Amino acid sequence: MAPYASDDSTTGGEVDEQRSGRRKAARYVVPVTVMGVAAATIGLVPALADSGDPDLPKITAQQLIEKIATSDVQQLSGTVKISTDLGLPDLGGLESSLMSGAAGRGEGGSSADPTAKLTELASGTHTLRVAADGPDKQKLSLLENAAEYSLVHNGKDVWGYDSKSNEVFHGTASESPKHEKGKEQQPPATPKDFAEEALKAADDTTSVTVDGTAQVAGRDAYKLLIKPKQSGTTVGAITVAVDSETGMPLKFTLTPASGGAAVVDAGFTQVSFAKPAASTFDFTPPKGAKVTEEKDAGKGAEKGFGKGFHKGFDKGEARKHAPKSEEGLGKGLGGMKTIGEGWNSIATFDTGGEGVPSGKGGGDLGGFVDSLGDKVTGKFGSGTVFSTRLVNALITDDGKVYVGMVTKDALVKAADAGK
Amino acid sequence: MSRAEVVESVRPVSPLWTFGLLRSELTTTFRRWRTLALLAVLAAVPVLVGIAVKMETSDGSSPGGGGGGGPAFISQITNNGLFLVFTALAATLPFFLPMAIGVVAGDAIAGEANAGTLRYLLVAPAGRSRLLLTKYATVVIFCLAATLVVAVSALTVGALLFPLGDLTTISGTQISFAEGLGRALLIALAVAASLIGVAALGLFVSTLTGSGIAAMATTVGLLITVQILDQIPQLHALQPYFFSHYWLSFADLMREPVYWDDLTKNLGLQALYAVVFGSAAWARFTTKDITA
Repeated sequence: MAPYASDDSTTGGEVDEQRSGRRKAARYVVPVTVMGVAAATIGLVPALADSGDPDLPKITAQQLIEKIATSDVQQLSGTVKISTDLGLPDLGGLESSLMSGAAGRGEGGSSADPTAKLTELASGTHTLRVAADGPDKQKLSLLENAAEYSLVHNGKDVWGYDSKSNEVFHGTASESPKHEKGKEQQPPATPKDFAEEALKAADDTTSVTVDGTAQVAGRDAYKLLIKPKQSGTTVGAITVAVDSETGMPLKFTLTPASGGAAVVDAGFTQVSFAKPAASTFDFTPPKGAKVTEEKDAGKGAEKGFGKGFHKGFDKGEARKHAPKSEEGLGKGLGGMKTIGEGWNSIATFDTGGEGVPSGKGGGDLGGFVDSLGDKVTGKFGSGTVFSTRLVNALITDDGKVYVGMVTKDALVKAADAGK
Repeated sequence: MSRAEVVESVRPVSPLWTFGLLRSELTTTFRRWRTLALLAVLAAVPVLVGIAVKMETSDGSSPGGGGGGGPAFISQITNNGLFLVFTALAATLPFFLPMAIGVVAGDAIAGEANAGTLRYLLVAPAGRSRLLLTKYATVVIFCLAATLVVAVSALTVGALLFPLGDLTTISGTQISFAEGLGRALLIALAVAASLIGVAALGLFVSTLTGSGIAAMATTVGLLITVQILDQIPQLHALQPYFFSHYWLSFADLMREPVYWDDLTKNLGLQALYAVVFGSAAWARFTTKDITA
């Protein structure tokens, strides 16, 4: 008989054989139990950790909005998770090259250029780290696979650093301090930015209510629910979770009228209001890194930190969250007009047959872009509608562009009226 | 048979005995030509990467085509040789390292059974559980040794071919060379820890068969299959449970401040694999009939 180890005893006899068979089977209970416990833990821990909505004193929507407005958070650091699902086809690199091409024609081709980089946020899920210490020091990092893109604003310097290609972009922030002290100095891409843009639209076309409380990044927060009263818009509802202590918006969710997953979901997963270490904002270009100066980067490059971001973001996402701020896009493309009001406002401008890669102007690329859109005809003539889950755009064959967070029909109606 | 039982119940085996068993296992494993050849291949990878980068950049161009291609950190090597450690680990972690672990782990039990030496090991009053634990400890120590071989070889090559000095984290902040070395050591430990899941899997496979080659081939095959499945977007719901899913999280140690989320997920996942497949291997090994 085979030698058996000390912790195993099988001797002859049917009874023993049966018992040992059972004992053999019993050993397999251990791995199975471990797996079961693990599965249960993975399933249950999030449910248990969700200790229910916090109990906070009642507050009116007006008070909550004031709380956001008077919120004066100067120092913070945290991690933000942004998921955007515009329903765009996933074009990967092509998409970003298309968008950066549209945002800043003739730029120096540095992968550390903020405009080129931040348009990547327009699709997928990204993890960002933000840190801020007063109006002069901010840092925004986009965490990538084994790499990181950092945008550092320290005093008058703005640095962009792409660790993957070891390239540096350098600009100056001389313009920003004089005309926008508090607002745009906040680290962009935080839920606060989104919330402020959304609240600009809070007039008679909008209902704003307080919708209970929630826990965000371990902090107690009120939930502000913003809903368009009008029909015809693609926006379903916007939820903003506001920190009950500091009034800082911690989470921003935009759901489309068509239902389904949120189009934009940006929220802190971890946040601290302590002063970040000063070294966080120190940046010296690493040895051997290719440095692109802002003025080398061509006329399309951006000035300033917040602005550069906002513009890039506005273009990349076709201004989805900024129905009333035209500066970003208007600066780039003169002659912008707005039709309609509130949520149903439609931006329109004449491209003069260039600037937008349409079938006529863009050659091969235009043909490809055309294949993504739907042909429509109306009293205005004919054109192509590009739809996403939130923003629809109509480009007529004579070069007029209508963009808005409205349904396709509303765009055609606007084009008809404009004729 | 029952004589061993009597012996143990009368006189508990001293813990030092286990240590002796481990030591003899370690010497057997590390003296094998196969093991030495595996370690030599691992040591050669950083040499190849270093020489390739040196040659490519000798005319002043940036490595990786300048567009951020190639393994992680490769664009930084020319500025700081320490980055060769990170690049070499990133290059070997997906395949070379786990393959070496798969070979050693797959061989652990099945190889002994194949060579007909398992029964003699079991004659010693060590007990099957203890033997299995020793085997697993040997494989885990091999994980660490293999990783350190890659790291030390990369550090040597990096120091010879490229300048050393203060380095820039991927978050853009500067850290001193000493802190960089500390991070490199942490990264090597994180990489070694990433492999304990494969080690447990290989050990379990090894208890299933009596053929060492079959166990190695199965383990390496499973490794490749999981890596391929990890690339298929439709399986994204399952992917967080693949042992290789968070492997590249070691790069998070180069962020400032360190981003711990994926690192802790990786460690938890490896521990889970170790416990599940370790106990499955135990259940199998302590109940099977040893015929060879």
